[in-house]
Amino acid sequence: MIDWEPIILTAKLALVTTTILLILSIPLAYWLATSTSKMKPIIETLVSMPLVLPPTVLGFYLLMVFSPGNTIGGWLLEYLGVQLIFSFSGLVIGSVIYSLPFMVNPIQSGLSSLPASLSEASYVLGKSRIKTLCRVLLPNIKPSLLTGIVLAFAHTIGEFGVVLMIGGNIPEKTKVVSIAIYDEVEALNYSNANTYSLLLFIITFVVLLTVYAINGGYLKRFWK
Amino acid sequence: MITVDIYKVLQAANGNIMLNIQLDIAKGQLVTLYGPSGSGKTSTLRMLAGLMPVDKGHISVQNQRWLCTKENINRSPQQRSIGYVFQEYALFPNMTVRGNLEFALEKRQNTDIIDELIAIVELEELQHRKPNTLSGGQQQRVALARALVRKPKILLLDEPLSALDIKMRSKLQDYIIKVHRQYELTTILVSHDIGEIMKMSDKIYCLEDGKIVKQGNPIDIFTNTRVSGKFQFTGEVIAIKKEDIVYVITVLMDQNIVKVIAQESEIIGLVIGDKVVVASKAFNPMLLKVEV
Repeated sequence: MIDWEPIILTAKLALVTTTILLILSIPLAYWLATSTSKMKPIIETLVSMPLVLPPTVLGFYLLMVFSPGNTIGGWLLEYLGVQLIFSFSGLVIGSVIYSLPFMVNPIQSGLSSLPASLSEASYVLGKSRIKTLCRVLLPNIKPSLLTGIVLAFAHTIGEFGVVLMIGGNIPEKTKVVSIAIYDEVEALNYSNANTYSLLLFIITFVVLLTVYAINGGYLKRFWK
Repeated sequence: MITVDIYKVLQAANGNIMLNIQLDIAKGQLVTLYGPSGSGKTSTLRMLAGLMPVDKGHISVQNQRWLCTKENINRSPQQRSIGYVFQEYALFPNMTVRGNLEFALEKRQNTDIIDELIAIVELEELQHRKPNTLSGGQQQRVALARALVRKPKILLLDEPLSALDIKMRSKLQDYIIKVHRQYELTTILVSHDIGEIMKMSDKIYCLEDGKIVKQGNPIDIFTNTRVSGKFQFTGEVIAIKKEDIVYVITVLMDQNIVKVIAQESEIIGLVIGDKVVVASKAFNPMLLKVEV
């Protein structure tokens, strides 16, 4: 029988990562959608890098940076008492960076697709930028928000390279499902590997199906 | 009440144009900015609202300075207390008609104004509907009402009726005139519909390539004062046809098509699409009662 711990850990990682990403990505996507700064292409490139970069590259650099032997890692350990490598917090940071484009890109394109006159109308009604964002812009890009949330969640469930590099394979701490599968195959327990794999397959299928059904309006038609 | 002297380089399709506009508008007037597209009408309105930066100049309203580039004064759109109606309505799709109006309320503002405005633009029946279920004319009425919730002293209308059909337009014009008088507004309208301007405006500024080329009252601007005609109408030439020794010019006036005979000398330089004045001395006009 399979161990449920990696599944719980994966769900926890995906939830925490998605929540942090949502909080981070809304201001970032808003800035990217509205800014005319010269820095914008550079920031856009950095946000999208995880789309093309092998996860091992990202994982490797995070491992280097957060190692207690390094300046930043050493400082974190000395002054905050946190060690990020081979820990759950390290996994969260890695996952946040790795799934950032999956959350930022849909929100950014959603915001860019809204006509400029919507925010202008709100400004001339005396409303601040923040109020405009919360009451006018975000409620009108709900499908983009949903897409971002679900893609980031599903992508975090599926990641392997970053997690392995930065977290290793510590049961109940960093051993997520994708690593458990690798582990079981290494140990020649193909049936356990199959159970884990099938589970991930079904979860990602259901999650993505839900998004497309809601955004495509299929569910609404069904309810009517 | 409103004095404007602004200067800005605008990037247009065929090179840069220098926008340089001076306006002097008295309290309670309804003035129109008129001119071909790309002449800077909308840009002027946007700079007044603070939605577009100005290169150089000043704007003051009721002795308050909204903009003075010399002294680095520049009020944000939020601080300018204006009502602005966009050409494409710009209603918030996530809110109902009433919600759109309520969103505009200021903190601690009395909510009676909402019902009052809904009644003025006759939207009682539709107040709980979402904007995308309304017709263009209904949406523009919502936009007009929403612009007035904060009781602004100035109302800016950016071609508010250009997307509507003629019948709806005339109804909306009546609503605009009504609120303009009732709330003692100073209104600036961008329009290129001569009939609309004649009906609504006290004063007109004609813009061309970012400059004011003519200003005055609409009748003087649009009618040729050299003719002391008794009947004068302006319209647009839609056809020119030669028949024997005269020409028959078909002119569209408001919703009516009129045929006028013209001599060859009168049509020199006249092409389809030109605005013309049709005037008659009318020494002995016929007067017939219309039976209804």
